[in-house]
Amino acid sequence: MEVIKIKGTDDTPTIILDKDSGIFEISGRSLPEDVSTFYEPILNWLDDYQEEANDQTVFSFKLVYFNTASSKLILDILMKLEEMHENGKNVLIKWYFPEDDEDMEEAGEEYADIVDVPFEQVSYTL
Amino acid sequence: MDKSNVKGFLEFVYDFYRSMKAHEITLVYEGEITHQITKAFTSLTESNMAKESEANSVQKKVFHVMVECLQNISKHADSFGSDDFLFAGRGIFMVSKGKNDYHVTTGNVIENDKIEELTEMLNHINSLDKDGLKQLYKNQMKEGRLSEKGGAGLGFIDIARKTGNKLEFHFLPIDEGSSFFLLTSSVSRNA
Repeated sequence: MEVIKIKGTDDTPTIILDKDSGIFEISGRSLPEDVSTFYEPILNWLDDYQEEANDQTVFSFKLVYFNTASSKLILDILMKLEEMHENGKNVLIKWYFPEDDEDMEEAGEEYADIVDVPFEQVSYTL
Repeated sequence: MDKSNVKGFLEFVYDFYRSMKAHEITLVYEGEITHQITKAFTSLTESNMAKESEANSVQKKVFHVMVECLQNISKHADSFGSDDFLFAGRGIFMVSKGKNDYHVTTGNVIENDKIEELTEMLNHINSLDKDGLKQLYKNQMKEGRLSEKGGAGLGFIDIARKTGNKLEFHFLPIDEGSSFFLLTSSVSRNA
């Protein structure tokens, strides 16, 4: 499968989706000018990946900031992963948050409530 | 400009300056709000706050509120009415810093027939406590769809949640069809 590697900027996150190396990660800041266009290739990639998913998929979110428009698209990604989980695939979400960032921690808790998929919260020091 | 006009103009500039100082306004802008403008204003304010050693949590909150307010204008400001100052995606944007709070104020023209819905939504948000807002945000994220312009209907809820303060809003009538919508969000500096 094609590897997606997007280098982050001030307003867009770094994204790596690499089936062969088993790396699935979104990190940094997300407030793209056009959220739908930015995240469309990611969602499409996940649709294809779903057909031939690895035995285990650990998907990491390590965001420091996202705007409300992005929060909707993050949920769309999580729902794709939930679908994979429902189809019997082994999926784990790792939600990283800076240890002093309660808002980011809470955002993780909220997503964990909404989607039915194994979800792990991991705090880290900046 | 003839001499008396020049004098009038200079006085206006000085009054404007003094008035900004009196209201502790650190940033004011009128015009089209684009993504570039949003990026420039947020990074300018971020670096100012960092220089003034504002608490990290306050910096983050102000940043959040600014982004959502600016995006509201760029997505929702209406384009109609008299040609003087009304264009789509335009508005006034102000940040002021008081002793206890930061205030982020936006003003833009909206059609009168949107006032009722907007008032209802803002009153509803203001009536909710922390848990109520959380629930509303979750529901809206699950059920709401992205609008054509990329709005998720989450901005106001997010501002209320992040600041922990009520949203202050007013509508000033312009003519039969339109009004000026003013919204002020406050971030406490000693949070």
